[in-house]
Amino acid sequence: MASLIDIRRRLRSVKSTQQITKAMKMVAAAKLRRAQDRVIGARPYAKLLGNVLASVTAHAGEVKQPLLNVREEKRVVVVVVAGDRGLCGAFNTNVHRATTHLLATHPGWTEVRILPVGKKAVDFWKRRKYPFTEKTYSGIFDKLSYENAREIAASLSEEFVAERIDAVYVVVNEFRSVLSQVVHTARILPLSFEPVAAAPKPDVSGPEYIFEPDAKTILARLLPRYLEFTIYRALAESAAAEMGARMTAMGAATKNAGEMIDKLTLTYNRARQARITKELIEIVSGAAALE
Amino acid sequence: MALQVLLVTPERRVLEAEADEVELPGAQGYLGILPGHAPLLTLLGTGVLTCRRGGSSSAFAVSSGLAEVSGDRVSVLADAAEAPADIDAAAAERERAKAEEEMKTAGADTLDAIRTRLELAEARIQVARRPS
Repeated sequence: MASLIDIRRRLRSVKSTQQITKAMKMVAAAKLRRAQDRVIGARPYAKLLGNVLASVTAHAGEVKQPLLNVREEKRVVVVVVAGDRGLCGAFNTNVHRATTHLLATHPGWTEVRILPVGKKAVDFWKRRKYPFTEKTYSGIFDKLSYENAREIAASLSEEFVAERIDAVYVVVNEFRSVLSQVVHTARILPLSFEPVAAAPKPDVSGPEYIFEPDAKTILARLLPRYLEFTIYRALAESAAAEMGARMTAMGAATKNAGEMIDKLTLTYNRARQARITKELIEIVSGAAALE
Repeated sequence: MALQVLLVTPERRVLEAEADEVELPGAQGYLGILPGHAPLLTLLGTGVLTCRRGGSSSAFAVSSGLAEVSGDRVSVLADAAEAPADIDAAAAERERAKAEEEMKTAGADTLDAIRTRLELAEARIQVARRPS
C-alpha cells in the first residue's frame, strides 16, 4: 500500500485539477449563453431572408447566376470549422473524422484544399500536410463577428466565380442542445437554398410584388448575402456547440475527480487508522512484555 | 391601421414595433411607406431609416440590405443597423472627414467603396444629431 505521504500528495493534485475543471465548466457555461444568444439572434434574419429568396426566385424566372452554376466537382475547397482550444471532449476530433471521411468518399476530387477555421483545425491539417487556401482563420471565436463570415464568403465566391474552384463544402458541428452536437457536412457552393426557403409563407400566391430595381438585380445582390449568412450561421452554431461540448466534458471531468477524491480519502483514512492501530498494538504488547 | 415594422441584421433583431409611417433609403432614393402600400421588394441603400408613430419617431442608420413590404408588414434586412445610442458621433465625424479626403485621390475601382463609407458616416451623424 502507498505510504500516507504519497496518498496525501495525490489527493492534493486531484483536488487542484478538480478546481480547474470546475472553473472551466463555469466559464464555458457563461460563454455558452452568449453564443446561444447569437444563434437565436440570427433566426429572424434567416427566416426573412428565406421568405424573400423564395418570392424573388419565383419571380425572377430562369436565372443564370454565377453562384448557382453547377460544374463537375474536381477542384474543391473544404471549410473545416473546429475550435480554437481543446478540452472539449470529441468536439474537434469529430469534425476532423467527418472531414477525413468526406475526402475518402470522394476520389473524384483531384484538387482539394482546406480552409481551416479555428486553431485546432489549422494545426490538425497542417500536420497532415494538406494544401490550404490562401488565408486560414484561427482565433476568431473569442470575438466572432459577421465581418469574419463576410471575408470568408468574399474570398470563396471570388474563386468560385473565376472558376478556379468547382465546389465548396463545409464541415461543422451543429448545435442541437447543450448536451448534443452533431457534425454536419454540407455543400455551400454552388448555392442551393431549399433549407431556409422551407419556411412556408402564408400569402405566397397572393401579392404581386413591385421590384425595385428588378427581380434579377435583387437576386444578384441577395445570393452573395445568402452565402455570407450561411457561413456566419455555421460559425455561430459551431461556437455555441464548442461551449456546450466543453461544458459537458468539464462537468464529467469534475465529477470523475470528485469520485477519485472520495476514493483516495477513504484509502487515506484507512491507512492512517491502520497505522494507529499498529502503534497501539506495539505499545500494548511492549507494556505486556514488561510485566 | 398601423404598420408592423421589423428591422433585423444577421446578428440581432434591432426593432420590432408598430408605426404609422416608415421612411427608408431605397436603392433609388428614399421611400415613404404608409399603411396599405402595394407589395414591394427593394434593395436597401445606405442612409437613415425613420419610423413615425403618433407624434414621436425613431431613427436608425442602416447600410445595404433589402426591404420587403407585404400587407402591413415592413421587413428590413440590413447588414448593419444602429440606433442613436449605438453611435459614436465623434467617430462618425472623423470617418466622414477621412472618407472625404480619400475621395479626392481615389481611383475608379475604390470610389464606390469609399462613397459607401461616406454615406454611412453621414447617416450616422444624422441619426446621432437628431433631436429626439
